[in-house]
Amino acid sequence: MTELSLIRNFSIIAHIDHGKSTLADRLIQACGGLTDREMSEQVLDNMDIERERGITIKAQTVRLNYTARDGKTYALNLMDTPGHVDFAYEVSRSLAACEGALLVVDAAQGVEAQTLANVYQSIEHDHEIVPVINKIDLPAAEPEKVKAEIEDIIGIDASDAVLTSAKSGIGIEEVLEAVVARIPPPKGDRDAPLRGMLVDSWYDPYLGVVILVRVIDGVIRKGLNIRFMQGGTEHLVDRVGAFTPKRVDLPEIGPGEIGFITAQIKEVEQARVGDTITTVKNGAAQALPGYKEVQPVVFCGLFPVDAADFEKLRESIAKLRLNDASFSYEMESSAALGFGFRCGFLGLLHLEIIQERLSREYDLDLITTAPSVVYRIQLAASRTEDARELYLHNPADYPDVNRILSIEEPWIKATIYTPDEYLGSILKLCQDRRGIQTGLTYVGGRAQVSYELPLNEVVFDFYDRLKSISRGYASFDYEQIGLREGDLVKMNILVNNEPVDALSLIVHRSVAEERGRGMCERLKDLIPRHLFKIPIQAAIGGKVIARETIAALRKDVTAKCYGGDITRKKKLLEKQKKGKARMREYGNVSIPQEAFIAALRMGEP
Amino acid sequence: MAQALYIHWPFCLSKCPYCDFNSHVRDRVDQAAWAEALLTDLRHEHAVGGQGPLRSVFFGGGTPSLMPPSTVAALLSEAERLWGFAERVEITLEANPSSVETRAFAELEAAGINRLSAGIQALDEAALRLLGRAHGLAEARAALDAACARFERVSFDLIYGRPGQTLDDWAAELSAAFAYGTEHLSLYQLTIEPGTRFATDARRGVLVMPDPDLQADFFALTRQLAADAGLRPYEISNHARAGCESRHNLTYWRYEDYHGVGPGAHGRRGGVATARHRKPENYLAAIRNSGHGIQEERRLIIDECVTEALLMGLRLTEGVDLGRLRRRFGAAVDGALDHRRMAHLQTLGLLRHTCDRLWLTEQGMPLLDAVLGEIVRCEPQRTVTA
Repeated sequence: MTELSLIRNFSIIAHIDHGKSTLADRLIQACGGLTDREMSEQVLDNMDIERERGITIKAQTVRLNYTARDGKTYALNLMDTPGHVDFAYEVSRSLAACEGALLVVDAAQGVEAQTLANVYQSIEHDHEIVPVINKIDLPAAEPEKVKAEIEDIIGIDASDAVLTSAKSGIGIEEVLEAVVARIPPPKGDRDAPLRGMLVDSWYDPYLGVVILVRVIDGVIRKGLNIRFMQGGTEHLVDRVGAFTPKRVDLPEIGPGEIGFITAQIKEVEQARVGDTITTVKNGAAQALPGYKEVQPVVFCGLFPVDAADFEKLRESIAKLRLNDASFSYEMESSAALGFGFRCGFLGLLHLEIIQERLSREYDLDLITTAPSVVYRIQLAASRTEDARELYLHNPADYPDVNRILSIEEPWIKATIYTPDEYLGSILKLCQDRRGIQTGLTYVGGRAQVSYELPLNEVVFDFYDRLKSISRGYASFDYEQIGLREGDLVKMNILVNNEPVDALSLIVHRSVAEERGRGMCERLKDLIPRHLFKIPIQAAIGGKVIARETIAALRKDVTAKCYGGDITRKKKLLEKQKKGKARMREYGNVSIPQEAFIAALRMGEP
Repeated sequence: MAQALYIHWPFCLSKCPYCDFNSHVRDRVDQAAWAEALLTDLRHEHAVGGQGPLRSVFFGGGTPSLMPPSTVAALLSEAERLWGFAERVEITLEANPSSVETRAFAELEAAGINRLSAGIQALDEAALRLLGRAHGLAEARAALDAACARFERVSFDLIYGRPGQTLDDWAAELSAAFAYGTEHLSLYQLTIEPGTRFATDARRGVLVMPDPDLQADFFALTRQLAADAGLRPYEISNHARAGCESRHNLTYWRYEDYHGVGPGAHGRRGGVATARHRKPENYLAAIRNSGHGIQEERRLIIDECVTEALLMGLRLTEGVDLGRLRRRFGAAVDGALDHRRMAHLQTLGLLRHTCDRLWLTEQGMPLLDAVLGEIVRCEPQRTVTA
C-alpha cells in the first residue's frame, strides 16, 4: 500500500494528433515502466482499431513509480480514457477516479474544439488542470500564443504551462514534477469500510474478467469476499495488482490507489462500470454516487453476407459481448437477409467498432441495416388484445397503424463546438434534422451551439455530415433528454412491388418524402438492370411518396463463341452465378449486398 | 462419332487490339516442323477417337491463310486417309485479305478448301485502322472479289458497334457487304475482352464504347437488315441463305462431337473434353515428348454436358432440341433447367418453350447471357481427369 500523500491520479486530455499517446509513452519510459526494447508505439491503445483511428475505446491505466526531485518515490496513476461521446459514461467514471488532468495542446495548432468538451468535463470533476504545450520544437510553434488561447478560451491559468516535445523527449521530467507538485493527492480512510469504484472491466482469456478499481476507502486484498453493491453479486478476490504497464501482482490496494482485481468472474456483464465494490462482511452502508445503468440507444441488424456464416456470427458476437456488456443482441430474421442479430449500441461509433471488430478479428463479412432508435408506442386495445405500451427497436415489428395512439421518440441535447466559419452550415444541418436551437455563444473564434434534436435524425449519418461540413473541426457531444411525441411513420421501400424489410425506416412525416426520394434514386443506381423494368417505390402505408424506374436490360450477349471453346463460356456462366449468390432476391429482383449498405448511407460523403 | 475436325494455326503477322484468341506473333516459324507436328497430332487424335467419315474440316487461327498451302494439302489428305470424307464435305479456311494471302487462294483451293471465310472486319478505311488490321479497304475489296471468283462458298466477318460508329454508318456498310452476294455473313458486335489492348484503352477512357441501349439497337438493326437481304440470322452473329449455314459451326452449336487439333484447340468426343497446349512452343514440346498436343483430357459429368449443350444451343435461332438432348442425357436435361424462371421469361416474351424445343425469341436473343444465367442451374465442376 502507498501512503496517500505519495499518490497522484491523473488523465490526459488532448485533441487527436496533439501527442497524447506519445507523451504517455515517454512518461512510461521515463519511469522505467518498460525498457526501450519493450516499447511498441503507443502502448496504451491496444486494439488495432484504436491505433488506426487514434481513439481510445477501453479505459487503460498505468502505474508509474517516479522518484521526484524531493527524493520521495511517488505512485503516479495515468488513466487513459475513451474520447468519444458514445462512451461518455465510461469517461465520467474514469474522470471520477482522478484528481487532475494534463491538458496537452499542440504548440502550432492551438486549442481545438474537441478538447473543450473534455476539459469542461474534467473541470466539472474539480480536477486540477496542468496545461502542457507540446511539439515546441516545431518551426511553427508559438507557445506564447497558445498560452494566451488557453487562458482566453478555457479560462485557466497557463502562465506556468509545461513546454514539451514528447517526440524529442524535451520537458518530460518537468511534466512529472508538475504532476507531483500541482495535482492534489487523493483522500481516503484506510480504516473505513471498503468502497471501491469499478472504473472498467474487460475479459482476459487467461484471467477471466479483470476489474479496474479505484479504492476510495478501505483496502482490497487477495482472499477477500467482496460484494457489488448495485449488481448484488458476491465474489472471492483471487488476484490484486497494477499495470506498469506490465501486469504486476500486489499484496493489496489501499485508499487513493488504482489497480486491478480478478475474482473468478466469467462475464463482464456482472462487473458493471460505476458499481461500488465493498466487503461482504462489515461492508459500506452507502454506495458511491453516480452509478448509472447504460442502455443501448442505437439499434441495427447485423447479418452474415454468407448465410452459412450465421453460427460463426453467433459465436463471435457472444465472444465480443464477453468483453463489452454495453451492447445487446437478439436473433432476428429478415426475408431479404436471412438470419442475423438485432444489436443495440451506445452510439454510432460503438456500432462501427463492433462491426469492424467482427469483420476484422472474426473474419466475418457483414451486412448492417439502417441504424434506428427505440420508439415508445401506445397501442389501443384491439378485439384480441388490451391497450398496451410497446418499445419498438426494429422497424420490421411496426404494429398495425390503426392501433397506434401515439409514438414517442428519444431526443437529445447536442452541444457542438465549431470554428465560426462553419457555423452557418452547421445550423442548417441541425435545422434540416428537425433541431430546436437552445443556445449560441461565441468564445474566441469559436462558437458553441446547443440544439435539441431527435436521436433518429442523429443516428442517420448526422455525425458524418457534421465532420464533412466542418472539415473535421466541429466537435459534437450529446446527452439524452427523454422521449417526445412525434408524427412518425414507417416508410417501406418496394422493389418490383415487393416491400424490402431490410430497407424500411421509421421517419418523421415532414422528411419522409425527401428521404424516400433519396433512397429510390440511390437504389436505382445500385441495382443492376434486369431482364424487365423494375419500379422502386417509397411508400407510407398504401401511399407511394417517391418512385424511380430501372429500365429493362436490352443487351447482354457474347458476340463470338470461338472454335468450340465451350469451357470458357461455362466459366462465364459460373462467374455470373457466383455473383448472384452474393445478392438477395426480392420479387424476382436480385439486389446486391452493396446496395443495402450504400442505400442506407444517405447524403454525400 | 465425331464428324467434324478443327485445325488451329496459331500464328498472326500482328496482334489485333480486340482479339483474345490463341494467336501469337513470331519472327520465324519452322514450317516443316509445324507441318509434321500437326500431322502427328492429327494421327493421335484419330488413333484415340477416330471414326469417320468427316462432314466438315475447319482451319481456324491465328491466321491459317499464312499456312503454306502444301501444309494444308498434307493435313487434308492425311485426314481423308484416316477418317474419310463424306460426300459434299465442307472444308473451310479463315483467310486475311492481304495481297500475299489472296494470291494463295488458287493453291488453297487446289489443296481442297471449298469454303473461304474472310476476315474483312470492316468496309471502312478508318475503322480498319482503329481495329488494327494490317489490310486497307482496297485490299479487302480485292480479296472479296478474288474469293467470290475462286470459291463456291464464301463468308466474311465484319465487326460493328465500334466506337463512334452510327446506326446509319453501319447500315451503309452492311449494304456494301450484301452487294458481294455471299451466301453467309458473320457480323460480330465489338466486345471488350479482358487482356486485350482495347481493354486497357477502355479502362483508361481512350476507347469509349457505345452505351448498352445503342448496342441493343445495333444488334436489332443488324439482324433486320441481314434478314431483309435474304441472309437469315441463324445464330447470334451468323447469317446465311437457307441451306448455306456453316455446317462445321452448327456442329458446335448443336453440341455434336468434334475433334480439335493444333495449339489451344478444344474437342468433344464421347463425353470427353480435350484441350491442347496453347503456347506454340509448349505444343511442339508436347508433340515431341508424348506424340500429341493434349494438355487436358477430362470426362464430363452429365450435368456439365447438359449445361454445355444449353449454352451452345440457345445461340441458335432454332434453339435447343430438348427431345434429342433427353435421348442423350436423360433426366439431367430437365434437372438443369429452372422451370419457374423459364415461365417468368416466357411471360416477358424472351423465351419460348414447347415440350421438345426451347428457344429465344427475337427479343430474347440480345439478352442470351442474362437469360442463361436465369434458367440454367450451373453445377460446380467435378473433375475427372483421364
